[in-house]
Amino acid sequence: MNAARRTRDVLEGLSRLFAALVLATAVCYVVGFTAWTTWISFTDSALLPDYTFVGFKHYERLLGSRVFLVAYGNLAIYGVGFIVGAAATGLLLAILIDQKIRAENALRTIYLYPMALSFVVTGTVWAWLLNPDIGIENFVRGLGWDNFRFDWLIDSDLAIYAVVIAALWQASGFAMALLLAGLRSLDADIYKAAQIDGASPARMYLRIMVPAIWPIVVSVLVILLQIAIKTYDLVRALTAGGPGIATTLPTNVVYDYMFQRGEMGAGSAAAVMLLLSLLLVMVPYALFQRLQKRRQQRHD
Amino acid sequence: MIDARANAGSRIALYAVLVVFALFYLMPLLVVVLNSFRSFEEITRSSVLGLPTALRTDNWAQAWGTYCLAGACTGIKPYMWNSLLIAIPATLLSTLLGALNGYVLSLWRFRGASLVFGVITFGVFLPAQMKLVPWAIVLRELGLSNTINGLLLVHVVQGLAFTTLFCRNYYVNVPQDLIKAARIDGAGFLQIFRRIILPLSPPILIVTIIWQFTGIWNEFLYGITFSEGPQRPVTAALMALSANIAQAREYGIESAAVLIAALPTLLVYLFGGKYFVRGLTAGAVK
Amino acid sequence: MSALCVQQLQVRFGAVEVLESIDLRVDSGEFIVLVGPSGCGKSTLLSIIAGLERATQGRIEIGGREVTNIPPKDRDIAMVFQTYALYPAMSVRGNITFGMQCRGVARREQDQAVDRVAKLLQIESLLDRKPSQLSGGQRQRVAMGRALVRNPALFLFDEPLSNLDARLRVEMRMEIKRLHQRLGTTMVYVTHDQVEAMTLATRIAVMHQGRIQQFADPQTLYDQPANLFVARFMGSPPMNTFAARLQVADGELRAVVSTASGVALCLGRPVGNLQKWLGRDVMLGIRPECITQPDAVRARGFEQQIDARIEMIEPTGAETMALIRLGDHELMARLGPDARPAVGSTARLSIDMSKACLFDPRSEERIA
Repeated sequence: MNAARRTRDVLEGLSRLFAALVLATAVCYVVGFTAWTTWISFTDSALLPDYTFVGFKHYERLLGSRVFLVAYGNLAIYGVGFIVGAAATGLLLAILIDQKIRAENALRTIYLYPMALSFVVTGTVWAWLLNPDIGIENFVRGLGWDNFRFDWLIDSDLAIYAVVIAALWQASGFAMALLLAGLRSLDADIYKAAQIDGASPARMYLRIMVPAIWPIVVSVLVILLQIAIKTYDLVRALTAGGPGIATTLPTNVVYDYMFQRGEMGAGSAAAVMLLLSLLLVMVPYALFQRLQKRRQQRHD
Repeated sequence: MIDARANAGSRIALYAVLVVFALFYLMPLLVVVLNSFRSFEEITRSSVLGLPTALRTDNWAQAWGTYCLAGACTGIKPYMWNSLLIAIPATLLSTLLGALNGYVLSLWRFRGASLVFGVITFGVFLPAQMKLVPWAIVLRELGLSNTINGLLLVHVVQGLAFTTLFCRNYYVNVPQDLIKAARIDGAGFLQIFRRIILPLSPPILIVTIIWQFTGIWNEFLYGITFSEGPQRPVTAALMALSANIAQAREYGIESAAVLIAALPTLLVYLFGGKYFVRGLTAGAVK
Repeated sequence: MSALCVQQLQVRFGAVEVLESIDLRVDSGEFIVLVGPSGCGKSTLLSIIAGLERATQGRIEIGGREVTNIPPKDRDIAMVFQTYALYPAMSVRGNITFGMQCRGVARREQDQAVDRVAKLLQIESLLDRKPSQLSGGQRQRVAMGRALVRNPALFLFDEPLSNLDARLRVEMRMEIKRLHQRLGTTMVYVTHDQVEAMTLATRIAVMHQGRIQQFADPQTLYDQPANLFVARFMGSPPMNTFAARLQVADGELRAVVSTASGVALCLGRPVGNLQKWLGRDVMLGIRPECITQPDAVRARGFEQQIDARIEMIEPTGAETMALIRLGDHELMARLGPDARPAVGSTARLSIDMSKACLFDPRSEERIA
């Protein structure tokens, strides 16, 4: 009896220790690795870590480098196009599906399945579709329209929009799913009240429903922004950053410096800049959410 | 939910728009499926958009076993196997450990618990690029560079943040009284986890497993950075397809390869559909 | 010309008949309450009157004009919902003026209307708040304000007080009644609470299983229920109903409650057209307030004294309810506030038999 209890106690103690260790690992991982990379960004590391301190040398270099600036410019264009496009498409689809559609389950499955794919798959397939020699341009020309052009992939100015389309294709279903859940969470009687008030469907959605689910809309935008900033696989598979650097994004710059050029320090600095641009959005959002929660509590 | 009196005309327009969008989303998939049955000549003669003349399976066979990509001519099979060896254990381990973490954070109040949770949540948003260099160094020290086990370790630790977030948000809804009653009954830390928490967990575990598996299978950056040659996961191998500008592209075979690579997560999505969505709405609408 | 006229309305969803041939005629200025248990079809009927749902068959006229196929916004109605249905992202002012904006009313008129309504409902200080910043009672007022501002010919209420706590419910009930007295607009009100129905209505339509069981003023419904359902539904605690056999003995019409103990109640009325019921079982209905202590003054009615066993008492302060046993039946009696008969004892009680109702046990219709 005592022996059984003692083994149980030992097991208890071990399991607690184990759990604490796992938790500690998770925390140290996040904090530690972030700190480590940040530290390296201030050192002279090239192929191997070299802990000589060089201050902001890498940062200055990056901020002055053309590739870096172009990459952020591309991110801005791509980001806006993707976020607005995916959110708008998602909202449109959510509103349409909310109209008591018959094949709703099938449609939702179709709109959302791209999320289950890897960005590599998406990029590869869209690369084929947008390839002027064998893709859509060729197909439409084969149908008779000899002057049809859809060669964005090789056009420096338009290539970034090809990335927008592919990314939108992948992520708009997700926006739709969230926004639809939001619309469905609204009190059904609001529709009735709006009908009696005489609101047209457009007015109903624009002035009542969408504002009513505003927190969810903001959530969607923030998540899409996150996806945009972290986009890497898609670009690499679709355009490899080209033509030239027309579709290079900050994530590509990081990888480039870290592994292509063997400049670990500069690469880490680029990574830290990436993190900062992400925090620039996430921190205000987190504060905004906390403010909302507090304001809500005050009036209950 | 518009007035049912809306005329038939606007109803038709509604369905038309929905169908057009459905075609937009389906088109790439259809193209790839159809191409996987077309021969090299068919595709290069016309375009990637076209119907196969016959349902031949040699593209599939070649994609699986003999096509040359990523430096070897073994088809996609070894890379699929690699991905499987990484994704399944990593999913199960990270989910289980995440459940343990979530359990501790939500039901064992200790000082700093919310800070710890905040840090771990931050880990979900942390870009992968911030962890590349440290991982490279750690893996090298552990002698796990360019091995499957190395990638496995990366994904388990990496996945902890996400699984902890999900599970903790779920366990927070377990009534504290349940734990108190159990402690009065004499149950300890491990017993409560095994006997009370885990039995309550299937809903969140399923969602977490689905999301983790999808995320790990589809992951590319770690895959290509920390593996080489025959140890590559399938996403890294696929990337070699698009970089393949030298030789003549066998689009038919490549289509089959892409489909094979995408199949596992697609199947998980089709069968676990509602859990997929549940994970979405739970995680995002925090 | 009646304010509302519903003719032969029928609603069928597939094989299920939700409403069976409803006929209703409401005069201008009335306060009609549709009351019944959940599932009786009252909310569906209201939705159809509002134009939010379509009937399978039938015709609706509002103010003499046929509106069966006209959308809600053109029916000159306003509606207040159980969940208030306020637009979450708009201020109170925005909520009230939204309908006017949709109709293109001039800004100055809108402001005037808002001020008028806000003063009437005492919500002036809330005009710039959002619904999430209001209490339940305040939200209900805003919902009424939104409806009032439409100056409708017909005011519809769909269980507006069900979400409020008991005290607030009583308060708001009186406010609604006061509003009706002030405005004189025709009102159609749906509730499952028969107390609300009795206190608010000029006429009540009791509904059950898709049919209107009886449509009459509250007192008539109470004293002369058309059938067993209405009798049991109206009044709280509900009417005591039990089986009895009609007999004539000593020249008097009696209802034999229990053959074993031979308890019989004198009905105190002539046989009349109950001739064909002699010797047969009927359902007897007696309201609890008709069973009381003998020393309570009974000016009218036919008094029948009985000895009954007290099974349980429930003192509520204003009165004492008692569960008594008469023969094989348990009945509720309403005794005075100071009555404290011992449980298990036998007490002598008086029944006012003039108000007793008799029902056909098969058709459940009232026969006397």
